Amino acid sequence: MKLPHDVSPAAFDRAVAGFKAAVGPEWVFTAEEDVALYRDAYSPLWGEPEERVASAAVAPANVEEVQAVVRAANQARMPIYPISTGKNLGYGGSAPALSGSCVVDLKRLDRVLDIDEDNASVLVEPGVSYFDLYREIRAAGAKLWIDCPDPGWGSPIGNALDRGGGYTRAQFRNHFDAHCGMEVVLPSGELLRTGMGAMPGAKTWQQYKPGFGPWIDGLFSQSNFGIVTKMGFWMMPEPEACLIGRIYADRYEDLPALVRILTHLENAGIVNGMPGLGSPLLQRRVPADPQGDNPNGAAPVDQALHDAFYAGDSALIADRVRQTGRACWSALVKFYGPEKLVRLQWQIAKRHFAAIPGARAGKPEIYGFPLTDAQLEKVHKPTFGIPSLSVFNFGIRTPNRPEPLVGHQAFSPVIPRTGEAIIEANRLFARVLKEEGLPVPPFSLPGSVWERTAMLIVIFPVTRDPETNRKYRSAMRRLIAESAKRGWGEYRTPVTYYDAVMETYSFGDHALRRFHETVKDAIDPNGILSPGRYGIWPRRNRTGGGA
Amino acid sequence: MNRLLPLAGAIFLAVIAIYQYSRPAPRAAGPQTAAKGVAAASRGQQVFDKWCAACHGRGPGHPGTQSLELRYKGDPPGALEDRTDLAPETTAAFVRHGFALMPPFRKTEISDADLAELSAYLAKKR
Ligand SMILES: Cc1cc2nc3c(=O)[nH]c(=O)nc-3n(C[C@H](O)[C@H](O)[C@H](O)COP(=O)(O)OP(=O)(O)OC[C@H]3O[C@@H](n4cnc5c(N)ncnc54)[C@H](O)[C@@H]3O)c2cc1C
Ligand code: HEC
Repeated sequence: MKLPHDVSPAAFDRAVAGFKAAVGPEWVFTAEEDVALYRDAYSPLWGEPEERVASAAVAPANVEEVQAVVRAANQARMPIYPISTGKNLGYGGSAPALSGSCVVDLKRLDRVLDIDEDNASVLVEPGVSYFDLYREIRAAGAKLWIDCPDPGWGSPIGNALDRGGGYTRAQFRNHFDAHCGMEVVLPSGELLRTGMGAMPGAKTWQQYKPGFGPWIDGLFSQSNFGIVTKMGFWMMPEPEACLIGRIYADRYEDLPALVRILTHLENAGIVNGMPGLGSPLLQRRVPADPQGDNPNGAAPVDQALHDAFYAGDSALIADRVRQTGRACWSALVKFYGPEKLVRLQWQIAKRHFAAIPGARAGKPEIYGFPLTDAQLEKVHKPTFGIPSLSVFNFGIRTPNRPEPLVGHQAFSPVIPRTGEAIIEANRLFARVLKEEGLPVPPFSLPGSVWERTAMLIVIFPVTRDPETNRKYRSAMRRLIAESAKRGWGEYRTPVTYYDAVMETYSFGDHALRRFHETVKDAIDPNGILSPGRYGIWPRRNRTGGGA
Repeated sequence: MNRLLPLAGAIFLAVIAIYQYSRPAPRAAGPQTAAKGVAAASRGQQVFDKWCAACHGRGPGHPGTQSLELRYKGDPPGALEDRTDLAPETTAAFVRHGFALMPPFRKTEISDADLAELSAYLAKKR
């Protein structure tokens, strides 16, 4: 068993005894095979000495037990690491950021405390998964949609605290933004409520987000300042209809205008669903296109064409557009609302895109609710507020891939939402990967989950071969550093790269990191809570061997 | 292979990018719902419905089922509930160790008692 460098076996035993007293011995896991269940199955460090592993796990059942666990951890100065549903695969799974920490598994706090259809909000505990919430909302007969990430087995709280995202309207698919009020066990063991929750008796905890004074909720996301035990979320009332439309543009040069118009439509509230960009010519479909158009992965990547996209060879691209009849670019627009209204919004959107010479619209898809079984089979469920695990198709066996993948890790930098930046980022990433001895990826288009900005994502597989993993880790680190030179930073990253990414947010000689550390030392003087998460180390780890 | 390795993404989580390039052929029909009624189900089936069905249910849109269909070419069948060869120890081992994309399940998710029910449910199919 691994312990943090400054935790003695005696201190560990004291902590475990305290945890047992807090939650009952059956909910403290110290046996090797039980603790192994908390390993990050997608760890890019799998089986290497630096893999982040827990020393134990403790599973409280309610807020009082969480507080008792925190107090016991303080008494033994034992690092603890809370997880909600622990499905953060690709970003750390259920493993701690500092090896030897004890995981506080909140899965047993699994109550949906409130579903308020009139206010279109819910109040949940950390162990509630998207599937659980979906089931309970349906059982309550409430016409509310959940904005889910692709995997539905995670939790509104865990996902929001890692600042994850989903697929419906902007105010909901930004999962942290969609929250309204939280309850937090501080590293001292004290209980805090934010927003209107700070006023005893207020009936508006899930109605008014900031409350009074500094709005501190953000401090509890991507951080290690508290254990969140309740969180409110605003839900999307089920719309009457959803219209999904596509606009096609033929010329390579059209990308900047396409992006500008798409972004304007979103900023102006005309397009209210998640916009997307694609390239029919490259067979890069816009997000959430249920059909994907490369079935079986049979069509080989047309390298010459991808090279032309990288190089900006618009003559070759124009030829291919003519030969294939496929557009160079496509924009996806989605509208949720009354059918009359979404049809009108689509007309207006088309008028805006007409500024691009030759731009044309595809036939829109219109959905009413509930979806039929036939529709459910085809659609991307999270686009319609339905949790699913279908996304795991990404790595299963296929005719071209006899062995399934083990996992993945993503490089996901925030880049400006302009056509120019999209091309520049593609070029930079291709250059770095080539220099790292990896294949040049297909030319790609960014996701636009966050309003106003874009994320161009590079995915690396995770394997069980340390040598291969090392190669990808090296490429990840190069991408992080090279992108930072352009001012492009990760929105979220696997645990392995927390410090490397925090290092790039360095304005004012790392003023931001110093601020994090000042807060950390003030509210967690013993440095017990999730040391190292998002590159925030308590004092005891800053001098000498943190991770 | 070139096709699987680093792909810059077209979608928020660009796993979809890989997915697009490796998407299995369209499958036969059959409804899929996120939540199933569990009223009359045995405990083992309830555990299956909650923790396994989204990937291992019958019909399209179930990654585990599709992958196993390809692996065994239908014999044994892709859907775990249609199998007759799953010894309880086999199920238990996969649940606690995971395999490929399927991570292991923790005891706070599936207790030892629930795992026994689940394994028994899958073992005595047909
Ligand atoms: C194929 C695939 C597709 C994915 N698609 C998406 C996607 O579309 N969108 C997306 O956002 N993510 C996606 N992910 C990433 C990830 O699976 C989800 O974000 C998932 O919801 C996170 O896991 P969780 O909800 O169980 O959170 P947890 O694992 O419970 O929590 C995440 C982290 O937050 C902190 N934390 C959790 N709970 C608390 C608490 N109560 N108090 C204090 N700190 C806490 C911990 O540090 C924890 O490690 C995807 C992953 C895979 C494998
Ligand atoms: C996220 C999707 C997912 C979930 C959820 C999931 N599995 Fe799996 N499972 C898979 C995949 C993918 C495989 C590997 C398929 C392959 O080898 O082609 C697999 C393989 C298996 C196998 C091996 C079968 C064989 O013959 O090789 C068993 C048994 C299994 N899972 C049981 C379960 C049980 C029981 C549950 C619920 C507790 C579960 N799985 C939940 C995706 C999942």
